[in-house]
Amino acid sequence: MKNAISSMQNTTHESASSGMSVSPESVALHVRDLTVAYYRKPVLWDVDLDVPPSVVAGIVGPNGAGKSTLIKAILDLVPHASGSVEIFGKSYRRQRRLVGYVPQRESVDWEYPITALELVAMGLYRKIGWFRPVSSAYRNQALTALADVGMADLAHRQISRLSGGQQQRIFLARALVQDADVYFMDEPFAGVDASTEKAIIGILQRLRAAGKTVFVVHHDLETVREYFDYLIMLNMRIVAAGPVAEVFNSENLKRTYGGRLTLLDRAVDAMGRTPG
Amino acid sequence: MMWTALDTWIVVAAVLAGATCALVGSFLVLKKVSMMGDAISHAVLPGIAVAFIITGSRSGPAMLVGAAVVGVLTAVLVHVIHYYSRLEEGASMGVVFTVLFAIGLILIEQAARHVDIHPEHVLFGAVELVPLHVVSVFGFDIPRGVVLLAIVLLINLSVVTLLFKELRLATFDPELATTLGINATVIHYLLMVLVAMTTVAAFEVVGSILVIAMLIVPGATAWLLTRRLLPFLIVSVAVSILAAILGHIAAITVPPLFGYVDTSTAGSMATVLGILFFGALLFAPEQGVVARATDALRLRLSIGSQDALGLLARAAENTESRDGSLSAAEFRGVHRSPFAGHRLKLAAILALLRVKGSIVFRGGRYHTTRRGSEQGREILRSHRLWEQFFFDDGNVDMSELHPAADVLEHYTNSDLREDLSERFAGKRTDPQGRPIPEED
Repeated sequence: MKNAISSMQNTTHESASSGMSVSPESVALHVRDLTVAYYRKPVLWDVDLDVPPSVVAGIVGPNGAGKSTLIKAILDLVPHASGSVEIFGKSYRRQRRLVGYVPQRESVDWEYPITALELVAMGLYRKIGWFRPVSSAYRNQALTALADVGMADLAHRQISRLSGGQQQRIFLARALVQDADVYFMDEPFAGVDASTEKAIIGILQRLRAAGKTVFVVHHDLETVREYFDYLIMLNMRIVAAGPVAEVFNSENLKRTYGGRLTLLDRAVDAMGRTPG
Repeated sequence: MMWTALDTWIVVAAVLAGATCALVGSFLVLKKVSMMGDAISHAVLPGIAVAFIITGSRSGPAMLVGAAVVGVLTAVLVHVIHYYSRLEEGASMGVVFTVLFAIGLILIEQAARHVDIHPEHVLFGAVELVPLHVVSVFGFDIPRGVVLLAIVLLINLSVVTLLFKELRLATFDPELATTLGINATVIHYLLMVLVAMTTVAAFEVVGSILVIAMLIVPGATAWLLTRRLLPFLIVSVAVSILAAILGHIAAITVPPLFGYVDTSTAGSMATVLGILFFGALLFAPEQGVVARATDALRLRLSIGSQDALGLLARAAENTESRDGSLSAAEFRGVHRSPFAGHRLKLAAILALLRVKGSIVFRGGRYHTTRRGSEQGREILRSHRLWEQFFFDDGNVDMSELHPAADVLEHYTNSDLREDLSERFAGKRTDPQGRPIPEED
């Protein structure tokens, strides 16, 4: 039955890798057959992706499309029912040190007793290593990253006393100190002020110029062309993925956001409900 | 009251129990899983019972192993039930720990027939008996319970010191921790093992019920007093040590004052902890109830004073004199007076302004002093600048100008006024054509 559905899907599937024959090492992110289910209900279905390096890739889709879940499944934070993930040709587990993650801002407790500097230094914990304290050399690295996002003055402020935009900036600074090659950012633009938005865009462009690959879960379709050069349109399945100029069109938008449930959606929904 | 060697050992045991509980309990509070302390402290009971039955004695190491096993078992069961039943975690904890606790009670009642163990000592502790069972350490006779607590405290201290940053990251942002190779799930279970061993070591002193107070209340108190992690842990441990010492002193001194015999140290210790917590809740420097109430009152008085001076400045404007004057009745009667119907509030504000030297009372009327006039004009200037600001904005109805400006005027300093006035490039009147007073 899964094969039947997969082949049904392939008829409506546009893949970035089509017509592009590449060696695995030159693909920043390779995802094959990734399926995630909560209980029996699938949240992500048969996701295939091949994303080239040095792009800023937006991940868009309606609420509940599985955008955050896609990131978390790639990062092994939610169990997958099936599928494999490779970063530059090797499994994620072996490449973990190449990957940086910016979770949603609401995912942590901002009342936690730490300062902005201490939060940013967390990005260095892998480099520092188990059992060792954060030495002053590492603290200086964190300070530099704070200055990068325009937050040097607030380094010693408790994190609950920062505005939403400032909190997002220190989250980014924490990812920057990781010095990763591939970044996953979950809604970095959510609830930030205009100047923070501009600062984040500046950082994304710098990362791309430095050859990094960045994935950004995004909500605002109006800014897609401006912010991203690659786009993943997701609604439980990959609707389209590729350079923005190629895939960001009204037909794909309708298929991503379209109101009516497709026949396949109805079948999948029924699978989640029936016992068996 | 006589302080004996017995008392010293009781206090030492209570201090060790308090400190070791506070140290791991702090992380439960930070992780927002305080109820896990509740669950594990009850659930370890069968572990203790089985250790008793197998070894036939109160063997420290056996109990610690039993506790560690049950601690992990509890955490796993809570998670599994939560995951498969889709019940909230609290309900799942409630199921797990009560059942394990009940099994433990039955086992201990059975064991009590063969081993020297009393269910009520397990539940409520028997710190008074701690000094009676001694072991010899390097030639010194030290109570066995104290040795066990010291060992667990040492374990907790080493883990917290060595894994300070790992615990910080895993309790703050478990997902990032996992992507960085610090498995937050492993850290979670490690914490649960520590909690289980801690409750077992402490139950002889405080019992398996009051141990919850020892785990949670110090951390909860520190939460109110500091927003840095290291001070948080230090305050938490200090609070528990203070409670242990004061608790024992209170237990042997307070009841005799009322003609009763002395009471249980554990109960008294938990009570002192409660008092310290409420003390922090009331008097914490920034977040305390008193500090907040004081701030609120100060703000109300400052707004009221500015309102009164504003009214006087308008009165001065109407009579085209430098200093304004109003009678108490006029204060309440003028158009849109914030004091209409607030006789008492007005009296309080006017008294305050007189003390501050902003107004004087002469011939039945309140007159502004030179200083009061300046303050009043500042308020009027802020008010009219804001009216002009909203008017320029175009989206605000004329009738809404005044209420909006009335609020903002109280939060406007001279810098903000300057920036506002620059916007209007020297415009000297408000939307109704009234003059905007110059900055003094």
